Amino acid sequence: MSIQVKDVEHVAKLARLNLTDEEREMFTEQLNAILQYAEKLNELDTEGVEPTTHVLHISNVMREDVVHESLPQEKVFRNAPDEEDGQFKVPAVLE
Amino acid sequence: MTLFDLRLQEIHNRLSKKELSVTDLVGEAFAKISERDERVGAYLTLNEEGARAEAARLDNKLAGGEARGLLFGLPVGIKDNMVTEGLRTTCASQFLSNYDPIYDATAVAKLKQAEAVTIGKLNMDEFAMGGSNENSSFHPVRNPWDLNRVPGGSSGGSAAAVAAGEAYFTLGSDTGGSIRQPASYCGVVGLKPTYGLVSRYGLVAFASSLDQIGPITKNVEDSAYVLQAIAGHDHKDSTSANVDVPDYLAALTGDIKGLRIAVPKEYLEGVDPQVKASVMEALKVLEGMGAVWEEVSLPHTEYAVAAYYLLASSEASSNLSRFDGVRYGVRSDHAGNLLDLYLESRSQGFGPEVKRRIMLGTYALSSGYYDAYYLKAQKVRTLIKRDFDQTFEKYDVIIGPTAPTTAFQLGSQVDDPLTMYLNDILTIPVSLAGVPAISVPCGFADGLPVGLQIIGKAFDESSVLRVAHAFEAQTDHHKQRPAL
Repeated sequence: MSIQVKDVEHVAKLARLNLTDEEREMFTEQLNAILQYAEKLNELDTEGVEPTTHVLHISNVMREDVVHESLPQEKVFRNAPDEEDGQFKVPAVLE
Repeated sequence: MTLFDLRLQEIHNRLSKKELSVTDLVGEAFAKISERDERVGAYLTLNEEGARAEAARLDNKLAGGEARGLLFGLPVGIKDNMVTEGLRTTCASQFLSNYDPIYDATAVAKLKQAEAVTIGKLNMDEFAMGGSNENSSFHPVRNPWDLNRVPGGSSGGSAAAVAAGEAYFTLGSDTGGSIRQPASYCGVVGLKPTYGLVSRYGLVAFASSLDQIGPITKNVEDSAYVLQAIAGHDHKDSTSANVDVPDYLAALTGDIKGLRIAVPKEYLEGVDPQVKASVMEALKVLEGMGAVWEEVSLPHTEYAVAAYYLLASSEASSNLSRFDGVRYGVRSDHAGNLLDLYLESRSQGFGPEVKRRIMLGTYALSSGYYDAYYLKAQKVRTLIKRDFDQTFEKYDVIIGPTAPTTAFQLGSQVDDPLTMYLNDILTIPVSLAGVPAISVPCGFADGLPVGLQIIGKAFDESSVLRVAHAFEAQTDHHKQRPAL
């Protein structure tokens, strides 16, 4: 599996990154090198091996359904680049 | 002898006898910082005013004879990926260059509860991605033992600050070796606890199934001392382990008679000959104390780096999607619509290594490649974990070098990501298995520190610390200080 510039462009779009021409070239070359190295994993037969998503066997951590203290609104907006009437403000979604 | 050379417990005792004040301690830390940090570059943000005020408050408390926390008055530096309320937290990224956290990470809150004094935030590779600290968006960190060399990474600032005497102890985080490798390069003690022992709440996520916070200290006793303060279950982190926290200092008995040590042959292959010689020397020291060691095989070691970079990058690509310029961070000011705002903010905010890993992770998770890369890597992770499980059926600890070489020259590997990734070949398998490991100084090669890695069973930090402490007591490598 070899990656082309157009694959890098597609992935950049998925990742919400604008790449310069230079970055496109560089990432195409570097991702190919890294993925070629990753081909090594195919030397191993993993038929029937369970995947490990997490080393701890914890699932469904529950707590009592009671209200806890939460952050006050003025704190939550402390780092907001733009806000209005208690909401985060962004440019138009549609032109 | 300076205050800095005292063990944390000794300082604690002197404070309670009023032979020492918190103001003295904090003053010495800032004196060292102003004398040295221009050369070392360990800090990104200093909390001088806050720390001096806190020192005065604690000294008042001391005069009143009030109860004192475990880390009372001890100056600590914190890696800049743990949020600190009211103290800028950047992850060494332009994206967060203006970020003013609204709460404390649990590990930070626990340090505060124990009455430690935060003196500043430490430099790192951007978002903890890197092994040389050259990926900081602000400035690199230099190794206190040789200012032309890297301190390791990603917790490079945390390790260099301790080595340079600019903090009495620090917190780092370790995803694939980011505490242990810089500790090894800087000649200090770095502990990566078992995954889940220390809460990740407020640690800016890189790879959530691997990230773990731990202490970097001058000696093993201090490591146990700090771990005691930060370990434990936290309901704010759903992957926090609900286990009893033992008395780690009590584990430091100095007795390792009959200890069974496994030495993986894969951990000695391709390792610098001087590093290997130091490790063999260390095994002799342990043998002299009644331990026995045998060579074993962890056959899947050579697959760990490939599996790790697929898994960690995949998790990172998902975790870093939160940086979109909407709620915090630097927003691009020339975006006409929302999509442009995402694209522009992210493209301007992230550095090259972060973009590279987001790209790799997005690719590995994308439609058509998920099974071939991500799922395959998860299955290989199972095989790697089994290597450890099987070895620990017969042995108490696994020992080898922390890194294949000593610290390398700044700039020597920046153009070759794959070579850079391979520096972590001996720490990554441990991270994938989720077990604890410590790096302790075990010698010098051409004037540069070498680290010994001691790996234990899950939640058996006590054994790891006991072996490290017993070894340290027989050697004086940890007492060496760089001539800065």
